Amino acid sequence: MLNYALRRLMMLPIVLFALSLMIFALQMSLSPTQRLAAYAPSPDYLKGGQESIRRMIEQYGLNDPFYIQYGRWIGGILTGNLGWSETARQPVSTALMSLFPATLELVVLAFVPCLLLAVFLGSRAGIYLNRWPDHVIRIFTILGWSFPVYVFGLLMLLIFYSALDWFPPGRLSQWAQTVVSSSDFVRYTGANTIDALLNGNLAIFGDALRHLAAPVITLTYVNVASMTRVMRTSMLETLRQDYVRTARAKGLPRRVVELRHARRNALLPLATIAGMELAVMMGGVVITETIFDYAGLGQFAAKTAANLDFPAVLGFGLYFAVVLVIMNLVVDLIYPLLDPRVKTQ
Amino acid sequence: MKFLRYLARNPVSLFGVVILLAFVLIAVFAPVLAPPQSFQLSPYDTPRAGFLATPQPPSPEAVFGTTQGQYDIFYGVVWGTRTAFKIGLGVVAISVLIGTVVGAVAAYYGGVIEEVLMRIVDVFMAVPFLIAAMVLTALLGKGIVPITIALTTFGWMSYARIVRSEILRIREMDYIHAARSYGASDLRLIVLHILPNAMFPVLVLATMATGSMVLSASALSFLGVGTEEGYADWGQFIAYSRNWIVGQPGNPFQFWYTLAFPGAAVFLFVLSWNLVGDALRDMLDPRHAH
Repeated sequence: MLNYALRRLMMLPIVLFALSLMIFALQMSLSPTQRLAAYAPSPDYLKGGQESIRRMIEQYGLNDPFYIQYGRWIGGILTGNLGWSETARQPVSTALMSLFPATLELVVLAFVPCLLLAVFLGSRAGIYLNRWPDHVIRIFTILGWSFPVYVFGLLMLLIFYSALDWFPPGRLSQWAQTVVSSSDFVRYTGANTIDALLNGNLAIFGDALRHLAAPVITLTYVNVASMTRVMRTSMLETLRQDYVRTARAKGLPRRVVELRHARRNALLPLATIAGMELAVMMGGVVITETIFDYAGLGQFAAKTAANLDFPAVLGFGLYFAVVLVIMNLVVDLIYPLLDPRVKTQ
Repeated sequence: MKFLRYLARNPVSLFGVVILLAFVLIAVFAPVLAPPQSFQLSPYDTPRAGFLATPQPPSPEAVFGTTQGQYDIFYGVVWGTRTAFKIGLGVVAISVLIGTVVGAVAAYYGGVIEEVLMRIVDVFMAVPFLIAAMVLTALLGKGIVPITIALTTFGWMSYARIVRSEILRIREMDYIHAARSYGASDLRLIVLHILPNAMFPVLVLATMATGSMVLSASALSFLGVGTEEGYADWGQFIAYSRNWIVGQPGNPFQFWYTLAFPGAAVFLFVLSWNLVGDALRDMLDPRHAH
């Protein structure tokens, strides 16, 4: 097991290296003048005319051969300097670190109901195969699966913001933002709900929840579909196994067999899919955050990608690769807990 | 025949096939449904009825209403169907081709070549799909060709994985050993005997992916790096509606038509592909049949 975990971790540097090469190659397709923008501390530096632009290209070595530029760039990254993000107007690492708690808060709040709903709906659909609960759940999931996130999100805004004015966009209201940025309010984690509770400020807590509600509903509905499908298929396969028939034959009530004996084993394939899903969500819920103007990693990544802010894009890519590898590892480590047979092999 | 019998028993799948056919008809008859005007350089440039900033509700002249800047929503939805088919089928066809070649080469040669190719697949899998596609589209410029290139570049990997594992599975089957004993060459075995049987799971995946690729393409337009201003593209039109989600006080649903029509178009399009893909999987994979 440990051996396996180590091999997985060894993949990380290879993936990261290839990724950095890929992004750097994309970056090199721009002209030196265009790339200069990434180094310029402010737009004024680029207004100095041809002469000063040439001087700066010289200064930063933007005309050097590919491998020299790559070496210099990767050297900076290895020493912990991810570069300067023109979009955030701060170092990439600072920007990523300050936005991470916001995305984590959103993703965790959406993922937990998503998982519970998938287990509940998926097992029900499997138990009531081809009867009305199964049909309703199948239609519900296939609709959710086909619903474009941006259409569903805009619909949420239309109903819960424009019409009802319950769930406004953004992360906090104006007044709450003022409180949170004041010196009396201690930012322990950067996640608004947790910080509000730790500071004992229930008004802020309520305001943060009000802003989280709509994106959480959107993410849950859009993501629950694929997980429910997996759960349903897996439940169907488990219910067909011999041990289920044996348990029924020895006189155990149907409910106990279905919910205790079968559902547990049916969870296994769900663990893999759920891990992947969580990794993808952590890697930026790009559209959801953009629609609800929720300042997290996804919205930031979308902005940097559209602006071709390469240092930030690479920083985000590195972050995503690390999350993906770690999530896969976690799933692999959780697996023996769910299925003791794995450990003995 | 088998497909028709399946449809007769599954009204939901039948519904999917019917919507898909309806979209095909809309795409084919787009010039009749929404005739382009003679001054248009390309039929994909949505005509404007003036330059007023505020969207206008449905009227006899514009049956679905107009967006900000007075782009005709009906025209955009109709011609957007062609855009959706072009992007969806284009991306999936090229991805299947690349994935099949990579998967087949990896399975055929094995050893170092297989290891290298599959590690390349792993690396591409570790890239955040939408963000990477955004970067590439932003670099290549606006339009459906850059979108197709970007979505293909980061979307071919799952086909390579499936083709490889299917070939490895089928290679050990008896009929392959039989064909080999007759003296068939490796290339002949792969292309004529193995690949045709390996294509079923690819077909299911490709059908499902057509819908989701159209979703991603619209998402690119929605995020501002997709098609040019006024191009008949559903994502573009949904992006226009974003500024008009909040109506005036007392009339929250004032601009409902800006979201409803292009939103319904994307939704139904993706839904139909998913239903058809679901039906194909049920038919081809005995484990999912009941």
